[in-house]
Amino acid sequence: MDQIFVTIKHWAVGFGPAQGQPIISAIISVVLLIAVFASLFAITTVLERKGLGRIQNRYGPNRVGPFGILQPVADGVKALIKEDIVPRTADSVVHFLAPLVLVVPVFLALAVVPMGRNMVAVDMDAGVLFFFAVGAATELSVFMAGWSSRNKYSLLGAMRAIAQMISYEVPLILSAVTVIMMAGSLSTVKIIEAQAGYAGGLPRWFVLTPWGLTGFILFMIAAAAESNRSPFDLPEGESEIIAGYYIEYSGFKFALFFLGEYIGMFAVSGLAITLFLGGWHAPFSFLTWIPSYFWFFGKLLALIAVFIWVRGTLPRLRMDQLMNFAWKFMLPMALINLVTAGIWRFLSPGFSRWLICSLLVLGPYVMLARGLLLGSDVGKRTYRYAE
Amino acid sequence: MPASFIILGLLTLAGAIAAMSLRNLVHCALALTVAFAGLAALYLQLDAQFIGFAQILVYIGAVAILIVFAILLTRGSETPQPSILSPSWFGGISVAVVVFGVLAMTIVRSAVADRNLPPAPQVSVRELGEQLMTKYLLPLEVIGLLLTAALIGAVIIAMHEKEER
Repeated sequence: MDQIFVTIKHWAVGFGPAQGQPIISAIISVVLLIAVFASLFAITTVLERKGLGRIQNRYGPNRVGPFGILQPVADGVKALIKEDIVPRTADSVVHFLAPLVLVVPVFLALAVVPMGRNMVAVDMDAGVLFFFAVGAATELSVFMAGWSSRNKYSLLGAMRAIAQMISYEVPLILSAVTVIMMAGSLSTVKIIEAQAGYAGGLPRWFVLTPWGLTGFILFMIAAAAESNRSPFDLPEGESEIIAGYYIEYSGFKFALFFLGEYIGMFAVSGLAITLFLGGWHAPFSFLTWIPSYFWFFGKLLALIAVFIWVRGTLPRLRMDQLMNFAWKFMLPMALINLVTAGIWRFLSPGFSRWLICSLLVLGPYVMLARGLLLGSDVGKRTYRYAE
Repeated sequence: MPASFIILGLLTLAGAIAAMSLRNLVHCALALTVAFAGLAALYLQLDAQFIGFAQILVYIGAVAILIVFAILLTRGSETPQPSILSPSWFGGISVAVVVFGVLAMTIVRSAVADRNLPPAPQVSVRELGEQLMTKYLLPLEVIGLLLTAALIGAVIIAMHEKEER
């Protein structure tokens, strides 16, 4: 049961001619990846709107199909048949290429994320590096979209987005480096292997260590910023710059941006699962009979639920808060975490190791957070008119 | 020469030529990105995974963005230059051709051209890492220290600005 998809794929590939088999295998993987994650995107949009609706005391979509679950179909048809408007002054070639430059890299990034035992499209030596390398191309797409629209608001949005993405890429990569150090490999498959096994009833996931927990939280915050998710959605701030870099996009190109953003979120969540949450490993040893891909997608849906929850509950940051947070809190925290991971590696296992490393992380956390709040008068909110 | 090499080489060259000759500066920057990507693909085609991905990460993720930022911050984005060829283009091209000719002649005549090629080594990322951690440890540490110092220095400069306000 665990290997059912792998077996079926091998069986299907076996029909092809001998030299064509690697290509057939690759095509099957690519088609499956696109199909699975595009449908996950459709499901997530409806779940997100439903969830946000519940958080804000309303129903959310409930007209199309039972409980509104066919809403993504209606949205998709609408996006397909809508008129595609390109502004007259826009740079039409760049304007056309921008959504493609976004969507292709995020799907490429999915190729190195293992979704189950032996279920990874490409197992390469430098898997994590590949992930970050293709992720870098999305910044370019945002710039292309913002600049080619010839719209002040979209240019502003693009500048904001690029500044934010560059700033948060540093803590994102630095927090991933801790795991690479401890696992001793850049390959995603090897990193998951390093987290196999159980100790004292608990899995040996990296998230269950002081440096791993810190790294995981930093990684998820940076991931939210990288994928322009709330509370870091300044680049599209509807109330200030209307929709940022995709004001001038309509119809299917807008849908492609939307798709790219969500697939990017899935990819980076998948990498977080790989690096910190043990990949496709079951959380307890008595649950290992459940197939590995079930665990991967379960963890993925849980992380997506956290993203939706955060979007529904946190207000958007201000630009200066965003930058201060990245450079004065996330970055020092990530550097300290790197040192902590090194110390953890060389201390003998036991209670003292836990204590020392926890203090090493918690002390700077308190001090950095105080430093961040210095000068701003944070206190109890007083309402002048709305008593 | 395999077909993939020819395609990638042509792509890289086309990107580089476009980066020189297009009128709009932002288009030039984007064309330069194509050339960078072509170079990265050439590295990958030579089985140099690590350097290929590092090329994408550094040149497309950082250098291209830096160039674009510099263009946007220093001049208006919609001022196409009237003429891309300066009056001295003939001199420039002839100097370039002469330099290329001299270099090509020396390379063809030198002993490098007719030595026996060693078999291509299979360098994996793991070996690269081991080499960096053993043989080239000191340069690695120095570069790491330098980059960390630069990073922290940048943050400290940004902090000062806030105190002055």
